[in-house]
Amino acid sequence: MKHILALVKKDLLLEIRQQYTFYGILLYVASTIFVLYLAMNQPEEKVWNGLFWMIQLFICVNAVAKSFLQESQGRMLYFYTVAGARDFILSKLLFNAGLMILMSLVSLLLFQLLMGNPLQNPFRFVGFVCLGGCSLSLVFTFLAAIAARARQGAALMAILGFPLIIPQVLLLMRMSNTAFADVIQAGLLQIILLLVALDILVIVLAIILFPFLWKD
Amino acid sequence: MRQYWWKILTIILLLYTFIAGLLVPLPHETAYVNSNLYESMRNFFFHVPMWFGQLGLITVSLVYSIKYLRKPDPVYDIYATEFARTGTVFGILGLITGAIWANYTWGAAWSNDPKQIGAAIALLIYVAYFVLRNSMPDIDKRSRVAAVYNIFAYFIYIPMILILPRLTESLHPGGKGSEGNPGMGGNSLDATLKLVFWPGVLGWTLLATWISTLRLRVRLLEEKKHTA
Repeated sequence: MKHILALVKKDLLLEIRQQYTFYGILLYVASTIFVLYLAMNQPEEKVWNGLFWMIQLFICVNAVAKSFLQESQGRMLYFYTVAGARDFILSKLLFNAGLMILMSLVSLLLFQLLMGNPLQNPFRFVGFVCLGGCSLSLVFTFLAAIAARARQGAALMAILGFPLIIPQVLLLMRMSNTAFADVIQAGLLQIILLLVALDILVIVLAIILFPFLWKD
Repeated sequence: MRQYWWKILTIILLLYTFIAGLLVPLPHETAYVNSNLYESMRNFFFHVPMWFGQLGLITVSLVYSIKYLRKPDPVYDIYATEFARTGTVFGILGLITGAIWANYTWGAAWSNDPKQIGAAIALLIYVAYFVLRNSMPDIDKRSRVAAVYNIFAYFIYIPMILILPRLTESLHPGGKGSEGNPGMGGNSLDATLKLVFWPGVLGWTLLATWISTLRLRVRLLEEKKHTA
């Protein structure tokens, strides 16, 4: 646990010192949504919802891609000796989940500002956004590890990840559809639990499989 | 490998499936009265076994990927790749036979049915698997990274095809609001059809294995020639 926190802190410090990813992604978010606004103006709710989650998907690929590529071969070896593979992947998952939740919230804010506000139930939607950002980041963090091992960038991540992320995205769309009307949808809790179960599955798989990615 | 009785069995079972599958009397109730399946119902003996074949083969591929991670023997990696490859071919065949069938009974070859989406996702996953393999020149690393992706993808894919069809409306049997198990037509299958269907499943699965073993022999010989 101590190791994990130390590694998260290291990522955080790097982020604060370099301020490259954060502002880079922030700019990416802002300009994408601005282009969308110019193209679509204020779309109806269904389109709004679909666009929102698709944008999250692309933001996630870009935000998470860097997390493994920035680590050089030598530094990886160093982490391996001081912390071990499991601590390392868990710290990355944690950090990226945090980063992605932040980015999702920022993009929600921008969506509200530019694309109109069709939300009937904003607090619920904020909850979904946090859960969604977290789910997306978990899957893509592990895929970033694979892509980094293959010395490839975000393009390979997208190829590997888009088929795998479909169940999460479908569940998220269904969930967030409930935030647009004042109706209580039956089975909402079931969908949320399914999503959480998928997240746990991804974390468990990452913990089991990551050590094999690391060995050289 | 050297045993050939199961190859004879494959031929007999498939001959039986083709002959009986095209001749067996269909249950009037299911084929004509309650649905618009009519004679296209016979596709059941050819379309559904493709999915059994595909799932079986990718599961075998998964087992070899796990074996590879436990003990890095290049032979395991070749096994995992070839079974995944034949599995993908059977997936494509399943998709095509399904699309032809859907064209006649549902009115369109593609109707965004959850199972069609699931099948398309499986294809994307395994094509991505081969792209990933080819992106790495180093054989050792390639085998390991590909094995990791194979395992990861399989364990996300299986829950997905269990969840998706039950969650949304489906034209297949067993979707939301319709009877039966989404895994297969279970209860709606009558006794004579079962007598054709299950031998058919076995026959197609054996054929898939046969094709894979042929490919494996070629690959292993190539490997031998390479190292010698």
